[in-house]
Amino acid sequence: MSTHAASQETNQSVWRGGVSPFNVSYGKLMMWIFLLSDAFTFSSLLIAYGTQRFSFSGNVDTPWPMPDMVFNHFPFIHHVHLPLFFVSLMTFILIFSSVTMVLAVEAGHRKSKSEVAKYMLMTILGGFAFLGCQAWEWTQFIGDGARLDFNKFSLTAEGMKYAEGLSLFDKYHWDEGFRMSGPAVFSALFFLVTGFHGFHVFSGVVLNIIIYLNVLKGTYEKRGHYEMVEKVGLYWHFVDLVWVFVFTFFYLI
Amino acid sequence: MSNVSSSAVHHEAHEHHEEGFIRKYIFSMDHKMISKQFLITGIIMGMIGMIMSLLFRMQLAWPNESFGFLSTLLGKWAPDGKLDPNFYLALVTIHGTIMVFYVLTAGLSGTFSNLLIPYQVGARDMASPFMNMLSYWFFFMSSVVLLISLFVETGPASGGWTIYPPLSALPEAMPGSGSGMTLWLVAIILFIASSLLGGINYISTILNMRTKGMSMNRMPLTIWAFFFTAILGLLAFPVLLGGGLLLIFDRSFGTSFYLSDIWVNGVGALNNTGGSPILFQHLFWFLGHPEVYIILMPALGITSEVIATNARKPIFGYTAMVISLLGISFLSFLVWGHHMFVTGMNPFLGEVFMILTLIIAVPSAVKTFNYLATLWKGNIQFTPGMLFAIGLVSLFISGGLTGIFLGNATLDINLHDTYFVVAHFHLVMGSAAIFGMLAGIYHWFPRMYGRYMNNTLGYIHFWVTFAAAYLVFFPMHFMGIAGVPRRYYQFTLLPEFGIWMDVNVLITIAAIVGGSAQVIFVWNFFYSIFKGKKAPQNPWKSNTLEWTAPVERIHGNWEGDIPTVYRWPYDYSRPDSEEDFIPQNVPDEGHSEEKVAPKTAPVAPEHKEVEEDNSVSFSILKRLFGFAR
Repeated sequence: MSTHAASQETNQSVWRGGVSPFNVSYGKLMMWIFLLSDAFTFSSLLIAYGTQRFSFSGNVDTPWPMPDMVFNHFPFIHHVHLPLFFVSLMTFILIFSSVTMVLAVEAGHRKSKSEVAKYMLMTILGGFAFLGCQAWEWTQFIGDGARLDFNKFSLTAEGMKYAEGLSLFDKYHWDEGFRMSGPAVFSALFFLVTGFHGFHVFSGVVLNIIIYLNVLKGTYEKRGHYEMVEKVGLYWHFVDLVWVFVFTFFYLI
Repeated sequence: MSNVSSSAVHHEAHEHHEEGFIRKYIFSMDHKMISKQFLITGIIMGMIGMIMSLLFRMQLAWPNESFGFLSTLLGKWAPDGKLDPNFYLALVTIHGTIMVFYVLTAGLSGTFSNLLIPYQVGARDMASPFMNMLSYWFFFMSSVVLLISLFVETGPASGGWTIYPPLSALPEAMPGSGSGMTLWLVAIILFIASSLLGGINYISTILNMRTKGMSMNRMPLTIWAFFFTAILGLLAFPVLLGGGLLLIFDRSFGTSFYLSDIWVNGVGALNNTGGSPILFQHLFWFLGHPEVYIILMPALGITSEVIATNARKPIFGYTAMVISLLGISFLSFLVWGHHMFVTGMNPFLGEVFMILTLIIAVPSAVKTFNYLATLWKGNIQFTPGMLFAIGLVSLFISGGLTGIFLGNATLDINLHDTYFVVAHFHLVMGSAAIFGMLAGIYHWFPRMYGRYMNNTLGYIHFWVTFAAAYLVFFPMHFMGIAGVPRRYYQFTLLPEFGIWMDVNVLITIAAIVGGSAQVIFVWNFFYSIFKGKKAPQNPWKSNTLEWTAPVERIHGNWEGDIPTVYRWPYDYSRPDSEEDFIPQNVPDEGHSEEKVAPKTAPVAPEHKEVEEDNSVSFSILKRLFGFAR
């Protein structure tokens, strides 16, 4: 090769074949691209939520239910007004499992097999805990009468007054006439979107278990790097990030 | 660099060993075999889709005739030799679905992305050959499910390929809304999985597996086109997945995302209302419009390559071509509303969509003029591939111009859902993309099978298809302007459209002639696989890397090392070279193409001064008109 060609190479090193321009392995790149694509799936569902949600704003006949008045249960504590306490706990668990995932990835960089295994196990347990919480939450919701084609959580004018009077830790009781059936889309979208997210968490837990077993087997130690942990880590953080949006849309707005 | 990451996957590349029949031909992980699988599946689906179109064209031309063979062929769907109205709608729907998704998305992008990406960027195979195989088999399953839906008792989906609710959301709305529609949705979800697996692979291969020296701005325009196509598919299809999920819930689980009040005989027909069918249209067209460019851009990329090679000239305005692809990709996400001007959209929003739509004309025109400028004074080799590429340019112009009509909200209110729309999209994305695909098949056939396709049959195929395309679709513009609506079973009860009867007959005859030309093509294709004239390694004297690989297509593409790239792919007819082409892997002795790589050799000081004396505008002009070359 002539010196000329060599000088050209140094000048244009960034975009010159190989793993440029992002300088990551193809596997990690694929995960990023997949997540980008998946983000669009969730966006489409959340935008569908947005259009339905706002088409009911200001609607007096069938008002959108108030999340505070729907999701105010907590295990073992009955009929005490604890709005969003349980879902906050769920969120905390999921975010905490992201923290342990970060620690697992970091331990992977140090090639410390035992630590990777420890933190992966914690992440898996966090994932299962979250799924368990979601199952409990769905059970409560369905037990209260939510169906895919029916919700009875919209507040009447009286119910509204009652709800405004409620403060934290109050005992509450829904009288006849406080609540009525409202837009069915409320519960339909709740089941669809949190279910779709839960499916992602479940897939993540399965992936995490596979990776965990491989860590224990020493597959990555032999391979010399723990990049697979990093890749599932990306997925796990993404699922976590999506939850932040799902949480905001369904519980806070 | 690339070798580190690729050698882990393709450690077997160097030791080319025989594989069993199943590994080699069925569950193959070799990109070349997968591309052939995509192509042949695409051709079969294309023939099915075309035969469907001929069936409903016959209904439109001779609504009162009875054709004995129809009742033999279709049984209860053509009692007394005349198409059943419901089956007419089903044919229209499945024709559209097959052509848009199965032929022009998977058949076109799947075939040529798989064939050309590893070859042209200089990789042994795709980044993940296993995912690539999955991508094909998801596509195959999807095709099978769609074809199965033709045989269910109530018939296949019949609500149009856009599956608007309520026809798609209410299983009882019409016969085709039942299990046919369910199977349609299953097929499309499998298709989305296939497209996702393929797209992830294409992008990461292009970004990560390029050979030494293959900088992004030395990539052939085909690769750029596949790159943007894959990005579009990756971002647009998931939105259809979201929309499809909601639709499945509406159909099967009693929700009402898309169903508002529906009254039948004065009674509300639904337990459950409150949704909006417009929501589905938004979700659908957020896929649907980029989908148009997913179809068209690979064809444009193929055309760039075929035209430059066969005009024996560098492609005109390489950078402009790339930027216009980028512009089209970006804009394609912002214009979906132009399919929905008549949904009662806010006029201001309609205006925004209109302006953005019309802006797409700019990059499209850049591409068209660049093709023409590449052809200008070229030493044109009229191979069948080249003819189809030139045909694409022609169809792209005549179909694109009517896009400017339809993009105007005010005109669209009149033209919406008429034959004008049918004419427009069949020319600009249907025929043009098919022409691109055929150009690609004729051009890369020697690369795929080591043989030529028959030239004479190729010429007959081209001229008949080209004439038929115009004869079929051009008269439809006039029908559309006169207000003839699309998707109607027959016009005999609408006397004002009676004057179009003769035109319908003309269109149908042209369609049948054009269809027979495709039979010639299919025969030529399969005959040439086995009996075609043997082709040399580089039959078209082309510059790109795929022609440096040995004729016998080995697993791993190149014996020994992967070639290194020293120049851009369009060094045709350089005055300083004896040959009229210089392949990309020929070392560059002292010259570097200014348009591609900045001059790195130290420039002599006196020369520099001369450059600086020119005013900026003059140098831009020089460059624009190619004087500098």
